[in-house]
Amino acid sequence: MKKIYLSLFGFAMLCRVNAGAQVSNNSLAENKTPFTVSSPANVSDTSDYKLHKIHVDEVDFVSSYYNQTGDHSAVTGGIGTEAVTDVANSLTLNLVWLNKSQNKNTLAVGLGFDYHTAASQAYISKTGASSPTGTRLYPSLDWTVENAKKGNTFGLGAYYSGEFNYQSLGADLHFSQKTTDRNGEFTAKLQGYFDKVTLIYPSEFEPASTTDLNGNGNGYGDGGGHRNYGSSPRTTLSASFSYSQMINSRLQIMLLGDVVTQHGFLSLPFHRVYFNNGKDTIERLPSSRFKLPVGARLNYFLGDNIIIRTYYRYYADNWGIRSNTAGIEVPYKITPFFSISPFYRYYNQSASKYFAPYEEHAPTDEYFTSNYEYAKFESSFYGVGFRLAPPDGVFGWQGLHELEIRYGHYTQTTGLASNVVSISLGFK
Amino acid sequence: MNVTMCIVLLLSVSSCVHLKEYQKSRLNDSEMVLGNRKVEKNELNFESYREAASGANAGKTGGGCGCN
Repeated sequence: MKKIYLSLFGFAMLCRVNAGAQVSNNSLAENKTPFTVSSPANVSDTSDYKLHKIHVDEVDFVSSYYNQTGDHSAVTGGIGTEAVTDVANSLTLNLVWLNKSQNKNTLAVGLGFDYHTAASQAYISKTGASSPTGTRLYPSLDWTVENAKKGNTFGLGAYYSGEFNYQSLGADLHFSQKTTDRNGEFTAKLQGYFDKVTLIYPSEFEPASTTDLNGNGNGYGDGGGHRNYGSSPRTTLSASFSYSQMINSRLQIMLLGDVVTQHGFLSLPFHRVYFNNGKDTIERLPSSRFKLPVGARLNYFLGDNIIIRTYYRYYADNWGIRSNTAGIEVPYKITPFFSISPFYRYYNQSASKYFAPYEEHAPTDEYFTSNYEYAKFESSFYGVGFRLAPPDGVFGWQGLHELEIRYGHYTQTTGLASNVVSISLGFK
Repeated sequence: MNVTMCIVLLLSVSSCVHLKEYQKSRLNDSEMVLGNRKVEKNELNFESYREAASGANAGKTGGGCGCN
């Protein structure tokens, strides 16, 4: 996705540069003003200086409100409230400059902040006294250099996510190459996430060695105590590949595939499981997982103002889960700069071989979870989005070049339901 | 899987047309982007936390807990 946006940003930037009567990348490379007495050399030097200077190309702000209900919390063993609210905000600054070889460099600097309330989180403590709130902070960096002449890009990324019970450090390396006719593009991305799961157990299973360092706390995130919880590593390595192709002037497709492997502590220590003999313990899952998702996108421009965007994914992993995802979105352009986009997404999955509902696991099972993320279910997600991107700026404000608002309603056959509303602002 | 097969079939029966830049105006429309919208960013997060399947959508393949 980053590649596509970067390509669009690149195109938009070139248009702006041309419109502003500045010397473009190509014109610099191919139409350099020859040195004459009447045309001194320092003219091109000035332009060159401007092009090499780093500048903010775009600033993106995305904010969402998410609200969820359900009655199968993993914290309480597959029963109990799953009520969650989450406010997520992220800001990305895209800095652009040209290097000596006239290649476009983009540095995307991102910062995200989430605040959530989760009713089940309070029941990490048996009495429901734990804090039901939490925050997450996630900065990111992505540097990409684009060689327009060769039609390729290369980039590196770094990512961090920190919350009270989970820390994640990630890095990636990505590469893309356009075909000779520039109608197709191959992209590869290698990612690694090196996470730490804080070992916060339900209060009845808390080891005696977990001591309160300042002596006044009584459980997870209660704000009173800072305990010496240990942690356990979780590593995720993935290779993602995609190939996009323009079929004709109205149709383009993309094929996608990932190979993902996970190792380490893949369960969560505060998820309870109740056996069929009435006794309880904490979730136990294997220490490795292999995932193989493959997908395709197909977008078609129908007539002059209707676009059909489709997506399909098949997923399989070695925990026994098989899944299908199909989505369709139909943006209708009311004007060239205002569109309304209804969408629908269908999803199904089979249950993991390690899943059983409340009090259905046998104590002799090797692995067990009552987390309904691994149950058999179907889900539907539908809603509508609006996009506004007039050439003179949204509401006449030149700096705000794009506004998107989207609402969706999500339901699972497990009874979980949620609503999410998001807004995206693009500033130039 | 059927959709994937249809796409493969589509590719095999209709050869790709070599498009000049001026023929790409519709394909370059911002609604035609073969990827997720920026406004979908947090939707993708909650889907990956509530469902077992993830990936093959040009998004993240790890990081973050989504424990709650």
